[in-house]
Amino acid sequence: MPQLNKDARHSVTLTLNGDEVTGYAEPRMLLSDFLTHEIGITSCHVGCEHGVCGACTVLVDGTVMRGCLTLAVQAEGSTVETAENLASDEGELSELQQAFKKHHGLQCGYCTPGILMSLTAYLKENPKPTEEELRDMLSGHLCRCTGYVGMVKAVLDYCENRTD
Amino acid sequence: MKPKAFDYLKVSSAEEAVAALAQGGEDARIIAGGLSLMPMLNFRLAEPSILIDISKADSLNYIRETAGMVEIGAATRQADLMRWDGLESKLPLLNAAFPYIGHYQTRTKGTVCGSLSHADPSSELPLCLAVLGGEVDLQSASGKRTLSAADFQTGMLSTAKQTGEMVVAARYPTAKAGEGYAFTEMAQRRGDFAIVALAAIADANKIKLGIGGVADKPTVREWDILEGEALDDALNEFAWDLGGYDDIHATARYRRELVRRLGRRVIEEAKSCRS
Repeated sequence: MPQLNKDARHSVTLTLNGDEVTGYAEPRMLLSDFLTHEIGITSCHVGCEHGVCGACTVLVDGTVMRGCLTLAVQAEGSTVETAENLASDEGELSELQQAFKKHHGLQCGYCTPGILMSLTAYLKENPKPTEEELRDMLSGHLCRCTGYVGMVKAVLDYCENRTD
Repeated sequence: MKPKAFDYLKVSSAEEAVAALAQGGEDARIIAGGLSLMPMLNFRLAEPSILIDISKADSLNYIRETAGMVEIGAATRQADLMRWDGLESKLPLLNAAFPYIGHYQTRTKGTVCGSLSHADPSSELPLCLAVLGGEVDLQSASGKRTLSAADFQTGMLSTAKQTGEMVVAARYPTAKAGEGYAFTEMAQRRGDFAIVALAAIADANKIKLGIGGVADKPTVREWDILEGEALDDALNEFAWDLGGYDDIHATARYRRELVRRLGRRVIEEAKSCRS
């Protein structure tokens, strides 16, 4: 890859939720801003913009990443998944999303897409976490509404009864 | 909260990276996981002219055993080391420390060598390297050199790395027969910066205790085996010598108390799990 000039906008193509998309980014553009402003998705929420709150968490090549700590140009050629990918094309919520709804796992919902994306990757590695493991993992996300109780219930219920 | 503009170059080897560093001068920076550097960029505490991205350099992404050490390449992520088969048997101290290192969501991308390069005084990976007596390999366009952990980290967020140099690997000594290892830390929440982090090694004759989060870099002290009041006295002296400070998270006095109390606990644990 050639050196990318700081003042120019560079083409960035990635596979987003199964579709190839292209946008333009200066090297300094954060992936969170690229997905929101260049591509136009709405689930990559920006909270703290220094990697602490986790609201902008997305999957890049299947790996959990903070969107605000990743540059758009670094994601060139990658596969990116966001919370838009969870529900069916007809708008039916995934089982994990339904569990969040059932157990009041969210209130304002700002932190929720990031948490769902973390869980999407985490539950592949650890399909039946204990409550302690789950709480430890959720500590990487800040939720100011719920106190996490409903969220923990939702995930444990989902892990117990999932059919997906 | 957005970085200042910089040029960007993705490289595939250490050789390409050090060539770019040589050309970029003192404002060039290496980025791997970005978990330490990206917040610095977003806050504009760092304003590099060029970022040299080694995150996709496969030749720097490895974990391998060398003579009595485990060598970790500069692009190896913390989650990869945490999942490494040999972690529990070869690096029991790191195995004990890993749950305290950031979060699941940061370990997936943050690198081991990146944490060492960032040199935060409360970070767990530099503390473990210091107490185990590990090494760091630095490379520049003009050659390679190896520094001990004690010589590498020079203070708060500062290392002996010179302009044009990059960390290419770190080596953690493997567990030795007869030694026990333990790690603990106190933070306000799991994954937060440690107020005090403690790593201990004990064998039949010696105790070694490393403390992070109090002095401006991880600090290690070694004693002949101590018990009872003699251990209390030694820990108290160590706590005062560290020269802690008051900040919004804790007072210097509280930090000294943690060194005394948790110091004893972590040493006892290291003694009890001697192989």
